[in-house]
Amino acid sequence: MTDTLSLRERRIGFFLAILLALLGLTMAAAARHGAMAVHGVIAMAIGVALIFLIAGSLYDPDADPARKDRYYDAPTQAGIFFTLIWAMIGMGAGVWVAALLYWPEATPLWPATSFGRLRPVHTTGVIFGFGGNALIATSFYVLQRTARTRLADAISPWFVVIGFNLFCVWGVTGYLMGSTQSKEYAEPEWYSDIWLVIVWVTYFVLYMRTLARRNEPHIYVANWYYLAFILVVAMLHIVNNLALPVSLTGARSFPVWGGVQDAMIQWWYGHNAVAFFLTAGFLGMLYYFLPVRSGRPIWSYRLSILSFWGITFFYIWVGSHHLHYTALPYWVQTLGMTFSVMLLVPSWASAGNALATLNGAWHKVRDDATLRFMFVAAVFYGLSTFEGSFLAIRPVNSLSHYTDWTVGHVHSGTLGWVAMIVFGAIYTIVPHLSGREAMASPRAVEWHFWLAVSGTLIYVISMWNAGITQGLMWRTYSENGALAYSFLDSVRAMAPYYLLRTIGGALFLAGAVVCTWNCRKTMRAVPMGGSASDRPLSAQTPPRRPFDAEPAE
Amino acid sequence: MSGADDDRPVDPVTGYQTTGHNWNGIIELNTPMSRIAVWALVLAFLYSVVAWILLPAWPTGNHYTRGLLGLDQGAEAVDGYRQIHDARQGWMARFDDPDFAALAGDPAVMAEAGPAATRLFHDNCAACHGDDGGGGPGFPVLSDGYWMWGGDPATIAETIRVGINGTDPDTRISEMPRFDWMSREERAILADYVAGLPAQSADPGSPAAQLFADNCATCHGDTAAGGLDNGAPSLADASVIYGQDAETVNTTLWAGRHGTMPSWSGRLTPAEINLLALHVLRLSQGRATP
Repeated sequence: MTDTLSLRERRIGFFLAILLALLGLTMAAAARHGAMAVHGVIAMAIGVALIFLIAGSLYDPDADPARKDRYYDAPTQAGIFFTLIWAMIGMGAGVWVAALLYWPEATPLWPATSFGRLRPVHTTGVIFGFGGNALIATSFYVLQRTARTRLADAISPWFVVIGFNLFCVWGVTGYLMGSTQSKEYAEPEWYSDIWLVIVWVTYFVLYMRTLARRNEPHIYVANWYYLAFILVVAMLHIVNNLALPVSLTGARSFPVWGGVQDAMIQWWYGHNAVAFFLTAGFLGMLYYFLPVRSGRPIWSYRLSILSFWGITFFYIWVGSHHLHYTALPYWVQTLGMTFSVMLLVPSWASAGNALATLNGAWHKVRDDATLRFMFVAAVFYGLSTFEGSFLAIRPVNSLSHYTDWTVGHVHSGTLGWVAMIVFGAIYTIVPHLSGREAMASPRAVEWHFWLAVSGTLIYVISMWNAGITQGLMWRTYSENGALAYSFLDSVRAMAPYYLLRTIGGALFLAGAVVCTWNCRKTMRAVPMGGSASDRPLSAQTPPRRPFDAEPAE
Repeated sequence: MSGADDDRPVDPVTGYQTTGHNWNGIIELNTPMSRIAVWALVLAFLYSVVAWILLPAWPTGNHYTRGLLGLDQGAEAVDGYRQIHDARQGWMARFDDPDFAALAGDPAVMAEAGPAATRLFHDNCAACHGDDGGGGPGFPVLSDGYWMWGGDPATIAETIRVGINGTDPDTRISEMPRFDWMSREERAILADYVAGLPAQSADPGSPAAQLFADNCATCHGDTAAGGLDNGAPSLADASVIYGQDAETVNTTLWAGRHGTMPSWSGRLTPAEINLLALHVLRLSQGRATP
């Protein structure tokens, strides 16, 4: 890491590491006990570790000047490392809590291991740890290559990667200690939220500065999506997390919103976390890696425009479909429902554009498991966006709401779409960064593909059955007007589905373990290289004027 | 994007022209906007417009457009509840002011109400008492015919209504006091004595028997069989609330017990309470379907 930084950059990094250690020390000293003190100690430990790491290189030789002729991929590599670590943590926690639903008596008599505390460890671990790191890592990679320029500076990408992971660590360790704002997907307390804002603004500024230096006349579609992801997530995060701390030295706060307004803000945030974190960013990933891997042009530029503006415009309205048949006024529910239905069109336009892009490359889909990951991702993207619009229709929602159908829907999106495209991207990037033609074990990629697909299908199908069964049992009356089933009956009916779900999740986790092993094997030993064309435009030989089009294949 | 531009390369697979953009090898086709996408968008928008006209939809300052159907979700919820309520009234009304003997003797009514009573019991009582009324640690058995507050249906209904150490002003109040003032040895022999009661292995002539007569019999009865309708359970039958091994009894003696049962008066209707009372009685007689 440090050998890619100039001496000046190392000194800046050293200074920032001292600041981080001091921040941690201040938090720990001010809070003295509780989650905030532990988090201060964690920040201080990371700061001190970085101080030692960088101090050891302060008097080493300066970085190779030729590095400017390369894309800066070290932060991407670190991001992929964190992606895989968080996959183990988040998916592992997921399989464990799924097992607890089947064997609740297996819960140890230790509060930190209760279902309620581990469940957000799973969601934060997979959404932010796994998904977020993958987005950050790939965004740096894609941004540089589609802008044909090196990242604007070398410090801020590290600040973003390390800072974001500190946020994730604060989150999951806080939950284990019982520290939470009790807002789904926005559980971390106020100081973590402020920290994330700093990290996120740095990310945005870095992205814009690099984009401004681009050597291409047009901004590629993937960057539209990555930018939408960065910008809108900042807005959502800030508004939903507006809170008043009980004291500046403790990890407790109260949201400034109350009652149904709070619920509406929460689900405006919650659904747009799905939209702009779990969809827009990953569409950016799809838009880069699918054409690169398949060697085919994007099928329709015009459809890309329709999809992008349709998705960004419609998604912002639909959060209220999480609050059908609640104290939320009917008119807000109607708007959420109708915009959800309209949203299907740009969503399917994206999925269709991706699948049509594969025209002329279907033999590669058959032969290349990596491209098959992306193909399956596009299919599941289409399936789960259809399901989402369908579930947002009020009468349908009256059956599905509060059931495991919702859980199945979310996982068809996150396992089938988000994780599949991440693995497709990882299997493209990792050999590339390691200067190899392919992953160390192509057979392991094939194994991973089938583990992931079968795990997803088992998971999703069992949850569909579970959810529809629950919904029907809860609403069925006997002829005499009495409920036909007690709630207990519906819980008992879930047993086989919960067992199957655990098995499906375990298969998916096993695939991720295989992937991690394969990536480690690929990344070892071989130095970073890359082809001659994989350089910023300024380093191309023979030099070409900017905006020269390359001939098509 | 203004019409055909012949300088742009053509993709050999599809025959479509590209947009001329190129990002390190990624190119795009200038495929015309597909008709299906446009039509789908128009259709989805029309669906939305129809929904907006029919349903409450757009805010207008302090109000909102009510929609031609005039729907109100509060009214719909109340209406749905009324319908279910009316569908039940045919047989449920019989339980409003019950003649328990007549109800229990009417197979037609019980055939109609029996399954409903089971659901009601499962949804409200089973979490503590078990779905068959078999009890569990801390919660009495309801199916064994031993009663702490009386076992006729009207009394059971009253217990459900007011609860035990509950929130209802008329709640039943009961407490096993602490016997922490006894000496360690006294508690130990008394615990052994009580633990031996169900198996009738307790020695009636022992000092422990004297301790029992002096301190416990007032509430639990001279023969330890309970049944005084004061909340004190029988100590002589096989089923126990907190455990009847010597160690648990010792804990109970030292720390006392203060179990609670919620007052159900606000949550269940009088008819539902009466129905449950009959169900509990039938459980104890082995006549109800658990």
